[in-house]
Amino acid sequence: MNPSLSAILMLLLLAAAPADARVQIEHWTTQSGVRVYFVETRALPIVDVAVEFAAGSAYDPRERAGLGQLTLTLLKGGSARFSEADMDRRIADAGAQLRDNFDLDRAGFALRTLSSEAERKLAVDTLADMLLSPRFANEVFEREKARAIANAAEAETQPDHIAEKRLYALMYPSHPYGSTATPATLATITREDVERHYRARYRAAGAAVTIVGDLSIDAAKSLAEQLTARLAQGGEAALPAASPPATGETARVAHPSAQSHVVLGEAALTRDDPDYFPLLVGNYILGGGGFASRLMTEVRSKHGLAYSVYSYFYPYAQRGPFQVGLQTRRDQANEALKRVQGVIAEFMARGPTAAELKAAKQSLVGGFPLRIDTNRKLLEQLSTIGFYKLPLDWLEAYPARLDAVTLDQIRGAFARHIAPEKLAVVIVGAAE
Amino acid sequence: MTEPNRYRIATSDSSIVAMDSRLLAVILAALALAPAARAEPREATLANGLRLVVKEDHRAPTVVQQVWYRAGSMDESPGTTGVAHVLEHMMFKGTRGVGPEEFSRLVAGAGGRDNAFTSTDYTVYHEQVHRDRLPFVMRLEADRMANLMIRPVEFAREIKVVMEERRLSTEDQPRALLDETLLATAFSAHPYKWPTIGWMQDLQNMTWKDALSWYQNWYAPNNATVVVVGDVDPEQVIAWAKRYYGPLARKPIPARKPQSEPEQRGMKRVILKAPAELAYVRFGYKAPALRDPATDWEPFAIAVLVKVLGGNDAARLNQVLVRERRIATSAGAEYELLSRGPGMVLLNAAAAQGHARGELESALRELVAGVAAQGITAEELQRAKVQLLAQFMYRRDSFFAQAMEIGELESSGLSFRDADRIPERFKSITAEQVQSVAAKYLVDDGLTVAVLDPQPLARRAPAPAAPAAAH
Repeated sequence: MNPSLSAILMLLLLAAAPADARVQIEHWTTQSGVRVYFVETRALPIVDVAVEFAAGSAYDPRERAGLGQLTLTLLKGGSARFSEADMDRRIADAGAQLRDNFDLDRAGFALRTLSSEAERKLAVDTLADMLLSPRFANEVFEREKARAIANAAEAETQPDHIAEKRLYALMYPSHPYGSTATPATLATITREDVERHYRARYRAAGAAVTIVGDLSIDAAKSLAEQLTARLAQGGEAALPAASPPATGETARVAHPSAQSHVVLGEAALTRDDPDYFPLLVGNYILGGGGFASRLMTEVRSKHGLAYSVYSYFYPYAQRGPFQVGLQTRRDQANEALKRVQGVIAEFMARGPTAAELKAAKQSLVGGFPLRIDTNRKLLEQLSTIGFYKLPLDWLEAYPARLDAVTLDQIRGAFARHIAPEKLAVVIVGAAE
Repeated sequence: MTEPNRYRIATSDSSIVAMDSRLLAVILAALALAPAARAEPREATLANGLRLVVKEDHRAPTVVQQVWYRAGSMDESPGTTGVAHVLEHMMFKGTRGVGPEEFSRLVAGAGGRDNAFTSTDYTVYHEQVHRDRLPFVMRLEADRMANLMIRPVEFAREIKVVMEERRLSTEDQPRALLDETLLATAFSAHPYKWPTIGWMQDLQNMTWKDALSWYQNWYAPNNATVVVVGDVDPEQVIAWAKRYYGPLARKPIPARKPQSEPEQRGMKRVILKAPAELAYVRFGYKAPALRDPATDWEPFAIAVLVKVLGGNDAARLNQVLVRERRIATSAGAEYELLSRGPGMVLLNAAAAQGHARGELESALRELVAGVAAQGITAEELQRAKVQLLAQFMYRRDSFFAQAMEIGELESSGLSFRDADRIPERFKSITAEQVQSVAAKYLVDDGLTVAVLDPQPLARRAPAPAAPAAAH
């Protein structure tokens, strides 16, 4: 193979065709049963592809936490046809970029490649091999396992990681969302565990393929077939329901850092929850809207206690966390925590004002075009729609659904989803 | 926020396969076609000296505005390091007409997003909005270019926020602290030796008057470049620029004295002890930055070299240190083609467990020496070029990234027009040129080695609480 620099250069010079801003989503199912979502956009000679499986960390056995991420990494470690180094070179030679996507629910890859025939084929053939015929060679397994253990040991010295790990354990004491890989859990993993995990989770029914870019629908169809043709049936997303413990625990962890890392959270929101939009708008006002938010105003602007302070909902297949966090000089941790709790309590008691709601809508509705103004952003939106089987008109209906949110809906939604007494609290690097 | 890196060439790998005359002819034809085939960015310089560059892109109904001030931490003085970044924070604290924190609320109310960053070389403010709201955010930026109010009470609160930012981004991040230590060691005269976020002591002793004089010195239309990319009519944007920025008065800008770094004559090394599990090694080699895209070739060859060494999985650092020898858990390389000050090639590697930092350091030097002695393969050269050119293409996906490219060029003393020339220059680099820059610049005499000596968490005494904020 010989990717032509001249061809790329010429594309660079010529690419700037005006494009259609509407998002026309094509959706179908491959022969093996994988859902596919496609948007054709011809303005740039680029193709973005995401392939995701119901194989995130929630599917790890608790005593082998880290298995899912390690399995995903090892898919890149060589196939029946290609060695690991061959795969590295083929991706690089195509001018392509390959990213891991891994979270509680999902495991997969995002591939960005030039759309020219030779380069696209080189990159997509390689990705198909990763997904469909991984080699799991023992020496690569041993090396990657050692790297994972080293990185986990490194992470356990860092206050942000310590805080998050402890918080998840407190939020989900008996749910798979609560476990985090440690050197000890990684050490128990065998090559056979990886093969078994691959065979169990990398299957058609829980998977979604998303394609955005410069190719025809016919080319997209054959690309999707190529990536999924030999996948086994089954593999549906299947996780137990999550609910927060009756009382939120507070944990203080010693650490010599200059700042305390303060995090709060509780299991709150699923992807398909009807309260999604009221919570999104409400949280913009509480702590999601940057400088416009109450938490930022109170903790940073008025009192100078932190550089970053936020609240977010992370919706997942099961109830994902509502999470609040900040970092502050260690002797100020208690004061900052009190202020955060005060802001949350006030918000829960009275909800937002009409003026805040209006400003939030202006920002979120008016800012909608910015959520889909690049191919990469579109891919991210589309892959979430695909993986979670959201309605195809999700993006189209999004601004109107934001705009329809009322003050009562926000108050009701927060009361249904957040109980301040159930918020777990972790302070790492606390003043003794 | 601070942005230590300006024009980061992500590293990768390369290799060339014969570049025949037919391919060259194709490129020349494409170049000849280019002006007719797409809209060139438009530029304008207002009577008050403000520069404006507008690039049309109609892929989405949005637009980005970036205001680039040619003043960064390299324009600071010892004792007030960090003031460029502190002023960046104060720019959100209001003008005569806009209240404290009101700026971001107004942009958000217009459905927009805004932020800012400070680097060694410049300070940049940016907004992304629907195209209809562009005149609104131009008016807001013009207002704070001339009418900022620095209130002592707001300053006293905000300087505490900046100190928290320093603790978060540097003091509690061993690898960031190592970067800071590396630069403080590598440079003896050039202001790149202090961190953009500033030394903690300087932040503790900074006053609102320091911020005010920074603003008075550097914030002027004749020290700014406004870059607009998106779904706009350039003529209309130029008209708006004249309306909003045009009335601002030109100001005298302080003289910029040359602060060249004396030639390094021998390797420097420094060790940093910090809480961590893995040893971590960072190399910095003095190297040139791009000054004249038409005649310089070394910076392009260095960027290719850095792609061959690190950045993608096929590159040498990863293949040799992580994959084959298994002494590192990760390894990479960086080089910034564009900068106002001196350039630097940066290598890094994190040790695998059970491997000492000395072993990692020798392996890095051996690997670098190998390139200088044996050169790179044709395959590696081709791969690096493909990766570099593909990155130029991928940048076109984002209005923000396109505006960054224009702003970086303009602020580094080059022109936005060089954006088209640079990919072509990369294409012409040969394996011999790559080998020759490796032999010339990746040498021990120009090297600074910074080593993180990991300390166990349990054995360290708690850090003392920092003194209260200065007023």
